[in-house]
Formats: sequence, C-alpha cells, structure tokens
Amino acid sequence: MGHDTAEWVFVAIVIAVLCYVGVDSWIVQKEVEAVPADAEVIKVTGQQWFWSFEHADGTKEISTLHLKKDHAYLFEIYSKDVMHSFNIPDWVVFEDAVPGHTNHAWFAPNEVGTYPIQCREYCGLLHYNMRGSLVVEDDKS
Amino acid sequence: MVLELQKPRPVWQIMFSTHHTDVGYLYLVFGIVFLFMGGVLAMIIRTHLFFPGQGVLVSDSATFNRIFTVHGLTMLFLFALPVANGIGNILVPIMVRYKDMAYPKLNAIAFWMNPVGAALLWLGFADTTWVSYAPYSIIRAPGPAADMFIFGMKILGISSILSSINFVVTIVKCKHPDLPLRRVPLFAWSMLTVSLMTIVAMPTYAAALIMMLTDRLGLSGFFNPFAGGDPIAYLHLFWFTFHPEVYIFLLPAIGMMYEIIPRFSRKPLYSQASGVFAFVMLGIIGFASWGHHMYSTGMDFTTKVVFMIGTLAAVPASGMHVFNFLATMWGGRIRFAAPMKFAVGGIALFFSAGAGGVLNSAMPLDFISHGTYWVVGHMHLFLIGTIGFGFVAMIYYMFPYITGRMYNEKLASAHFVLMFWGTVQTFFTQHLLGLEGMPRRVYDYPTEFTSWTQLNQISTIGAWMIGASFAIFLASLIYYSAKGKEANMDDPWGIGGKYYYPVEAKNPHGGHSGY
Repeated sequence: MGHDTAEWVFVAIVIAVLCYVGVDSWIVQKEVEAVPADAEVIKVTGQQWFWSFEHADGTKEISTLHLKKDHAYLFEIYSKDVMHSFNIPDWVVFEDAVPGHTNHAWFAPNEVGTYPIQCREYCGLLHYNMRGSLVVEDDKS
Repeated sequence: MVLELQKPRPVWQIMFSTHHTDVGYLYLVFGIVFLFMGGVLAMIIRTHLFFPGQGVLVSDSATFNRIFTVHGLTMLFLFALPVANGIGNILVPIMVRYKDMAYPKLNAIAFWMNPVGAALLWLGFADTTWVSYAPYSIIRAPGPAADMFIFGMKILGISSILSSINFVVTIVKCKHPDLPLRRVPLFAWSMLTVSLMTIVAMPTYAAALIMMLTDRLGLSGFFNPFAGGDPIAYLHLFWFTFHPEVYIFLLPAIGMMYEIIPRFSRKPLYSQASGVFAFVMLGIIGFASWGHHMYSTGMDFTTKVVFMIGTLAAVPASGMHVFNFLATMWGGRIRFAAPMKFAVGGIALFFSAGAGGVLNSAMPLDFISHGTYWVVGHMHLFLIGTIGFGFVAMIYYMFPYITGRMYNEKLASAHFVLMFWGTVQTFFTQHLLGLEGMPRRVYDYPTEFTSWTQLNQISTIGAWMIGASFAIFLASLIYYSAKGKEANMDDPWGIGGKYYYPVEAKNPHGGHSGY
C-alpha cells in the first residue's frame, strides 16, 4: 500500500467510526427525549444548597422525594439563585437548573429503592453537600 | 557557542532585554515556576480527597473551592500558555529565519503583563471556578477576589492577544522570502494556528469579562437573571472562547512533538502537508463545537445535534496527527532518550483522551459523564497527558542548548515512569469515579458509597506519584543546569543529523548562519 493510501484508509476508518457514534447517539437521544404523554409533572427547585419538590397534587417535599414504581415522571427544573444541576445518577436524570429558565428531564423508575440525588454544577460554599434522596415505593394504592 | 555559556549574563540583562530568546527564557521560567505552584495546589486537593468526611488538610469548603479555582487558572494561564509562548519565542523566529520577533518591544510588554495578571489571580484567590459561571460569579461570589479575577484574566487575555499578533506577523510577514509558508516547520505552524485562533476567540471573552464586571457593579444585567439577563448568554460567550482555547493549549504541544519525533526516529517526517492540513482543520473546526459544554443547559435537540457533529468533525484531524507520528516512527531507528519517551507517552495519552472525548460528545453519554469526575479525568488526560508530556519533552530537548549541560538520563527515566504511571492511575481512575456518579468540584463526598472512597484513594496515590516525579524534575533541572556534564553541542544525544534550531537559539546576539 502506498503512503497516501494508508493515511486515507486510516482517515476513512476514523470517519466511519464517528458516523456510527453520531447516528447511534442521534437515535438514542431521540428516544431518551420522547416524554410519555401520561408523565406526572414534578416541580424541582434548586437553591443554595438544597432541593425542594412539588408534586402535581400540591404536596411539597424537601430533600427527600417519594415516587411510585412504574410511573413516568417529568421534572420541571427551576433555580432560585445560581446555576445548579439536578442529578439522580442511578437513573441518568441530569439537567441544569438555570435561574430564569425552565428545564425538563423525565424518567420512569422500575425498581424499588433509595437513590441519591445530588447537584452536579458548582454552586458555591456547600455545593458538595447539596444532596438529597429519591425513594421509589411500590404502587399499592 | 559554549564559550558564551561560560560567561553567564547578569539576570537584569535578561529581564530587561527585548531579544526573542531572552523573552523566551523569561516565559519559560515563569511557566515552570507556576507549574510547581499549581502543582502544590493539586497535591493539596488530591490529598484532601484521600480522607473523606474529616477535613484533615483543608478545614473548610470555602478554602477548598478557592484552591481548585486557582489551581485551574494557574495551570491553564500561568503554565500552559507561557511555556508555549516561551518555546515559541525561542524557536519561531529561527524557524522562519528572521532576526527577532516582528515587534520586540511588544513581545516584552506581552510577557511583563503576565506577572501582573498572575499577582491579581493569586492575591485574589477567587472561588468562582475557572469557568466562573454566571450568575454565581455575579450575585454570590465574594469580592474583591472575584473582581481581581476579572482584572487578572483581562490582563492575561490582552497579553495573549498581543503575543499572538506578534507571532502571526513574524511568521507571515517576516519569514525569509525563500521560505514558502507551507515549508515552515510544523511547530511554527502550530504557533501560527493558535495565534490566529487567539485573535478570533479571545475578544469574545474579553467582552464577557467586562459585562461580568459591570453586572457585578450593578450597572447592567447582561447575565443576571434577576436584572433581566440570561446566564446562558455568558456560557455561550465563555465557551465560544474557551473551546477553541483547548486547541490553543494543545496544538503547541503537538507542534513540539513534531520537532522531537522525526529527530529521535532518525527519519524524515512522514508528511508535512498532512500536519499543516490537520493544524488548519483543527483551527477552524475548533470553533464549531463550543456547545458540547452546554448540552444539559436545556438546549434543544437540533442544537445539540449540530454541536455534536461539530465536535466529532474535529476528530479526524487529531487522528491525522497521531497517524503522522506513528508513520514517522514506523521503521525508524528510534532512540528513546528522555524527550522521545515523553513525546511517545504524550501521544499514547492523547489518543486515549481523544477516545474518551468521542464518548463525551455523544449526546446520551454526555448526560452520564457531564459534570462528574469523568470530565476531570478526561481533560487532565489532555492537559497533563498531552500538553504536560509535550512540554516536558521539549524542556528536556532544549535543556542542553539552553544550559550547555546534559541532564541525567536515569533521573529523567525515573521521572517518565513515575509521571506516566501516575497519570494513568490518577486520571483513568477518575473516569471510573465519574461513571459511579461522583460530581466534580466537591469539597467532600459521602462515605456510604465505598467505591467512591476507594477510587478516590487510588487516584490520590497516582497524584502523589506525579508529584514525586515533578520533584525529581525540579531537582534535576536545578542541579544539572549548574553541575551537569557539559553537553556535546553538535549532537547531545549521539543520534546524528542536524540540530540547527536550538543551537542557533543558543547564540542570542549572533546572526543566524548555517542555512
């Protein structure tokens, strides 16, 4: 193989891999962002340095969020002061809370358990301690 | 040449000189000093995170936040940029066969702005993080630290624009008429690319800094949502400058590897044209991908796709550099002296960092990695793994020519082994920490996840190895520049071939002969 051919083949392989990555992430992201119509809206508000939640029926919770298994939930994410980032790592729920903006993320937990909630965008003094927990309970009612 | 060495000049003569090699030495010394100051902060950060929940080393999070902010600022703006400028100052005029930089006084002015900016950053010791996102930096960051940060960055930004103008004019207008631009050595090409990028990118950030300052003073509300502004606007302005800036840090290191690899492989470079093409491509495409830092800010699907494509488009050009290096080494009689060790190590880590970068750019995966320790590991693989290794390689390479003496090859090997192992251990582990969900920029982390504690401790041990390797580096730089064996100035490593660039650089006040 000539010198130039080798380089062209190399570049072609790289581009092919990138096309695969691009197309696949396009497909997956499209799927990830398709919010189910019956998703229950939960308002999430970040402020220095805790999370508060408001359910669709008006119940409010601070730091600990109780949800039911096998329901879809759509988070409406707000911030009261600086930028935060609402994150439930175990369920790959991750979206910034930006003051003046409303952001969205959704998920549908299918396992019972307690999972950490945290802030993933630097927000000052106690950023490290802006933690909460998500409790997913069986839907008995 | 060696004779001149034995008559050391007084320090003030170098300090008040406008000659390009003297300014280059000043930049180099300045950069290396701040490498160690930033390194001490890094050691404090990692050692602190070795012990969760106790606050052993740093007793409060306010101090910790300031430490990692200044660590980042120091390594990027007081180490990476000055060292690249220093080596550029020494080599670029020689490579384009001109007697000096185009504007020698401007060159010295650009350097002397650096200590002023550095003083503001270090005396302020801000806690805004180096990205200083609005609105935190506007409504909550304590002054005067944040204001000193703004002025310090302002001064450093102006300095880098001035030196960029100088490099562009030197390379484009002052090169020897017999030397076509496409034949200019690749290190000079890398400096040309990053200088043009700086001139395009930096004014945007300069504007954002002014807006931030007036916002802080309450005169305006550009980025302050409580005065009608939008913090997302700041993120766009910031990343429009600082995603290209990633390449501005990176490309000089790649250019240095282009100097080292053919010489120590005892083979001509595989392809000059492909290297030039890849530099220019990266210089252009670097401007198409800033939005990948902002996927999670509520960006709509189409915008995310556009920025993902822009990000992926930069990969083939980086791959061409790697291919060029490997093809140059292929079949060469390689001599693994210290510069070559570091250059090859740097290429390996560049490749792994790039592979991780492709994963980051894929939108669904970014939502797992963004804002976690994955990103810390990823960008340090570039910053230490590629830029650090490239610069260290170049410093070893220049050492005989600057000091007239030889460093100790055994100590350099120890430095390499410790630094390479340490880099892999520290930053590959941080990728795993990110996958476990640990956020970045945290003072403390809960101990109930044992994997976090273990991975942090493994990472810290790696960081100590890097620290030890740099202690060896510092000691051997100081000792062997005074007491080392005199180097054979024609061919310090005994590999044959011509070493005209650095030898010429040794002779600051003589002309350039021997072409």
